[in-house]
Amino acid sequence: MARSLGLRAALLSLALLVGFLLIWQVAVSGTAKTQVMDPEYAALMGQAATTGKSAMPGPLDVGATIWKHLKDPFYDRGPNDKGLGIQLAYSIGRVALGYLLAVIVAIPVGFLIGMSPLMGRALDPFIQLLKPVSPLAWMPLALYTIKDSGLSAIFVIFICSLWPMLINTAFGVSGTRKEWLNVARTLEVGPLRRALTVILPAAAPTILTGMRISIGIAWLVIVAAEMLVGGTGIGYFVWNEWNNLSINNVIVSILVIGLVGMILDQVLARAQRLVTFPD
Amino acid sequence: MALFDNPFDAKRRLLRGGCTCGAHGSQAEHEAALSGDAEIQRVVDGAVMRALFPHDAQRRAFLRSVGAATAMAAVSQFFPTKFAAEAFAAAGAPEKKDLKVGFIPITCATPIIMAKPMGFYEKQGLNVDVVKTAGWAVIRDKTLNKEYDAAHMLAPMPIAISLGVGSNPTPYTAAAIENVNGQAITLAMKHKDRRDPKDWKGFKLAVPFDYSMHNYLLRYYLAEAGIDPDTDVQIRAVPPPDMVANLRADNIDGFLAPDPVNQRAVYDGVGFIHILSKDIWDRHPCCAFAASNDFITQTPNTYAALLRAIIEATAYASKAENRKEIAAQIAPANYLNQPVTVVEQVLTGTFADGLGNVKKVPDRVDFDPFPWSSFAVWIMTQMQRWGQVKGEVDYKAVAEKVFLATDAAKLMRQEGQTPPTTTSKTFSVMGKIFDPDKPKEYLDSFKIRKAG
Repeated sequence: MARSLGLRAALLSLALLVGFLLIWQVAVSGTAKTQVMDPEYAALMGQAATTGKSAMPGPLDVGATIWKHLKDPFYDRGPNDKGLGIQLAYSIGRVALGYLLAVIVAIPVGFLIGMSPLMGRALDPFIQLLKPVSPLAWMPLALYTIKDSGLSAIFVIFICSLWPMLINTAFGVSGTRKEWLNVARTLEVGPLRRALTVILPAAAPTILTGMRISIGIAWLVIVAAEMLVGGTGIGYFVWNEWNNLSINNVIVSILVIGLVGMILDQVLARAQRLVTFPD
Repeated sequence: MALFDNPFDAKRRLLRGGCTCGAHGSQAEHEAALSGDAEIQRVVDGAVMRALFPHDAQRRAFLRSVGAATAMAAVSQFFPTKFAAEAFAAAGAPEKKDLKVGFIPITCATPIIMAKPMGFYEKQGLNVDVVKTAGWAVIRDKTLNKEYDAAHMLAPMPIAISLGVGSNPTPYTAAAIENVNGQAITLAMKHKDRRDPKDWKGFKLAVPFDYSMHNYLLRYYLAEAGIDPDTDVQIRAVPPPDMVANLRADNIDGFLAPDPVNQRAVYDGVGFIHILSKDIWDRHPCCAFAASNDFITQTPNTYAALLRAIIEATAYASKAENRKEIAAQIAPANYLNQPVTVVEQVLTGTFADGLGNVKKVPDRVDFDPFPWSSFAVWIMTQMQRWGQVKGEVDYKAVAEKVFLATDAAKLMRQEGQTPPTTTSKTFSVMGKIFDPDKPKEYLDSFKIRKAG
């Protein structure tokens, strides 16, 4: 039964996709009347103006563009024109770095907050204040103080992915079962050993939930940050194609961004399953 | 000869009978024998040093004790731009060869962009990366951060930065003007029968940046038609690519924008070109090649080589017969990222106007590097007119400090061009004469302006 449910779901997904693509194709291929124009004038105009072609690309156009990018993902034609693969590599690199820094800070600080109610209470107002700040609000401040756009983007990733990890770590640590802590106390386990062998495994699933939320946020943020500072990365690619009003490429980027985000999320989901234990 | 009268040389005497170098009978004869700006520069420096040290013995003692370099640094505070000019005469090897120059993907940046694929930078021994940048505020921050060595900016931006409007005051310069003309007012198709700006009350219009010629020209144009740009219409700062999309989405009624945005709106069939900016003020400046004072004083040879490349590229771009080739070079994704035909229409001036006509305006955009200081004065009058700058402004001093006309002239001469002999000129905007010597009167003559 479970197998057939999976199969049926897959079939339904496929049907939905095909339906969506068909409607999309029909919607954009509605031919407006072709305007009568002086040929000299028409030569200076774009297709949208001469043939009434919709400015919105259809799924076939998008497919062709995807194929074009897949064929040559790593070309490099100067500082402002690089293949989709290279742009993605830049973005993933930035996200990895900023995210790693956030992990390094968030988990120890989260432990501290979780284990000490005093610190928890003391740091709470700061966390609550900084948590809801939008990544783009950090950007001017980062550019102004760090004075380097690449580092600023990494800083913004760091600051935005910090909070969910911090809060979840603190929550996981403070939620460690009293009995386990009491057993540890009875066995006279030292504080460091207690943290590493009792609390960490107990809190690990919650910590990973935080990390999973954070990676999603980091990937959201990088596109916005790169659109703002330009240079390299998938966000820059979107901006550059928007500059050319190429909706086609913007749709391709959206698909790619979604795909990479999904992969990143799945990696952490798998890691989470590894550390989760049955109660 | 020129070296003989270097006033920063402790061994030289400046005060004596005859001339300063001793080779001529009188000072007048000596000066007549000099040619070129480097020598004239020396004479200016000599005058400054003489004024500072009436007794030659004092000057020599001072130079010996602090060294010529320190003395020059101290004296050049009074004449920082002239100090940069000093370095040009030397034409030494560039101190720094790998440079980054930022640009915004619009045709105003043509000389800056084309100098890369067409080898103008290379010819000066420079390895320049031209980096596409997302917006004017970012280009400002990245140049202030020294991530870029120099950048494409809107001509009013170095003035705004130097005055500290919209950012912290930082001494900034416009080393050369990039383009003259080259903008247009584009309106949405639905307004094709409302061509008189008097009927534009309630319009939502866009310009690329607050401190831009686009903003000042649009406001000027509206005010001349009796429309108060602050109360009768809404003027928004919108990034150029968003302009076309917003026009299509009916969020704005039109814009005064740099090309290729105007032509792109026509190409996509969403707008028509109402008038070209050259019909508001023929040969108005638009964008500038900007560098910080630090860059100029710390690496004067690099700066000179870079500016020389720009000036040469600008001269090449100003020739009509080269325009098609340039369009093909700068249209690809690495630079403007636009269809070639759009860029070509802008540069050649043979274009579709969006209403079914093919127009031929060869000087739709032109390229002229000379940063007239009167341009800067005009810009400041408009900054005051619209309340961006308040209080007294020393027009002349700021104009000369920011628009480096003498430097550009020197390099143009070195490149075998003939720059103008003055740095200030009168011109007319929509038929009204602007006299750079009477900015206050000009400003007071406008009926529509922001109060206070």
